[in-house]
Amino acid sequence: MKKRRFKNGCLWLALAILALLFVLPTVLTVVNSFLSASEIQRSYGAALGSGEYMKEHVILKLVPDIATFAQYKTFLLQSPEYLQKFWNSVLYTVPITILQTAVSALAAYGFCRKPSRLRRAIFFGYLVLTLMPYQVTLVPNYLISKQLGSYDTIWAILLPGIFSPFAVFLLTKYMQRIPKVYLEAAQLDGANERMIFRRIFLPQCRSALYAVGMLIFFDYWNMVEQPMVLLEQEELQPLSIWLSRINEGELGLAFAAAVIYMIPCLLLFLGGEQHLEEGIVTGGIK
Amino acid sequence: MTGRGGTFLFLLPSLLGVLLFFVLPFGTVIYYSLVNRPVNGDFVGLDNFRALLSNKAFLLGAKNTGILLAVSVPLAVLLPLKLALWLERAIPMKSQLRTAFLSPMLVPIASVILVWRVLFHQNGTLNAYLGSHVDWFHSTRSILMVLLLYLWKNIGYHTILFTAALAAIPRTYIDMANLDGAGRTRQFYTVKLPFLAPTIFFVVLMSLIASMKIFREVWLLTGSYPYESLYLLQHFMNNTFRTMDYQKLSAAALMLALVMGALIAALLAIERRLDRDTENE
Repeated sequence: MKKRRFKNGCLWLALAILALLFVLPTVLTVVNSFLSASEIQRSYGAALGSGEYMKEHVILKLVPDIATFAQYKTFLLQSPEYLQKFWNSVLYTVPITILQTAVSALAAYGFCRKPSRLRRAIFFGYLVLTLMPYQVTLVPNYLISKQLGSYDTIWAILLPGIFSPFAVFLLTKYMQRIPKVYLEAAQLDGANERMIFRRIFLPQCRSALYAVGMLIFFDYWNMVEQPMVLLEQEELQPLSIWLSRINEGELGLAFAAAVIYMIPCLLLFLGGEQHLEEGIVTGGIK
Repeated sequence: MTGRGGTFLFLLPSLLGVLLFFVLPFGTVIYYSLVNRPVNGDFVGLDNFRALLSNKAFLLGAKNTGILLAVSVPLAVLLPLKLALWLERAIPMKSQLRTAFLSPMLVPIASVILVWRVLFHQNGTLNAYLGSHVDWFHSTRSILMVLLLYLWKNIGYHTILFTAALAAIPRTYIDMANLDGAGRTRQFYTVKLPFLAPTIFFVVLMSLIASMKIFREVWLLTGSYPYESLYLLQHFMNNTFRTMDYQKLSAAALMLALVMGALIAALLAIERRLDRDTENE
């Protein structure tokens, strides 16, 4: 017994160290957001900037020389264009998350309720589409946005996002595991498809819907490729684009902006971690 | 509206959307891949594909993407499985550990990029601590850096998927195995693994999706023309898109779609086989 406890202790220590390494980049981002612009420039300018020759190593700081809220102030109060971009990110991500989840939940129900040869074939097509890297759908997306006249408007991003097949696959997998007994009972009571969907499938899928929603949100919150291809106007760009293109002059702001950018994700995560943990796959097995 | 017709209505919105935004335009892609000019092109058969197969950049990208998938997907399945099994044991602070492993999910890519650039710079933090002088962005080890980034990002979610699956295994089976005196390893293979099969399949697919998405980070870290070992298929396609060479791009997209289709068909066949096996038991 003692030996086992010792072994578990060692294991715990190893896992704890690993866990620390996992949170380190997050912690570093937060810590560095309190650095002054000049300290960031001095500390990291060489690594993040033009790549000039350096004699010394660049060490990420765990403790700032002087902690300051200056970066946050600049971001929140003195630069409306960044807030505009933040708002753009919200405008893209929230509708896509909600509507893609809704459209996908309906489709998933269609796929798992009456599986037929045809539907299985269509589902296979969905799966292939889901696994395609964005670069494959890039040309189709671009062409259709030109055709529909949505190119360089928010619809160019919203529409393909809402109908993206990603969540369909996840939700279908989940719904397939809802025990058939529930359905049979409902059908005996004369429930129609709409009632079965609303009264049985949706409540059973709450965790899965939340989990899928989170995955979609994180993905579109960080989108880079779509806006670059489909949007030209600077005013329509989401913050993720600006953050990823950040240049030397604005380096000081980068970490503070990243922290602010992280907040919606953090809130979603804290609100829904147990849904993630309840898992997507295990749902109905119990 | 009864039977199949009734449930078909549920599929309709998604089907129309996917058709309009993904499938129909893909028809254009197929057309482009078979002609020599986007406008008033002549039908050239498989010439575009032949040209692609002798294109050095395409082959390099395909090779690197293949290597990345072959290494990253197994690791992104096996490591989380092991972690989940460890997290099953009697150790303190399990849920905090799980949260820590999940945390990379919510870090914005842009800040990951900033931190990674300082960490892996030739004069960066990692080299300082290792006492080495590896140019992580421009060497054969670059792929290691990408792998690390990929695993860091995805391990947490896959781990909780496995944790949940393990927790769903009925206790009686495990108790029975304990009574029979089965050790940990035997228990895993005879009791747990069959229950985990659907989750493993699911995680394989998620890992594949994530492996394709890691391009975003690679591209933000190293730009459109990275070191040779980091040049992925997506780089090729991105660059081809920018030079507006639609025929080449379309042929590449189509080829990738076919390869992916074959891969998924194989995976689905395996899954169906496994399902049948567990049903027969």
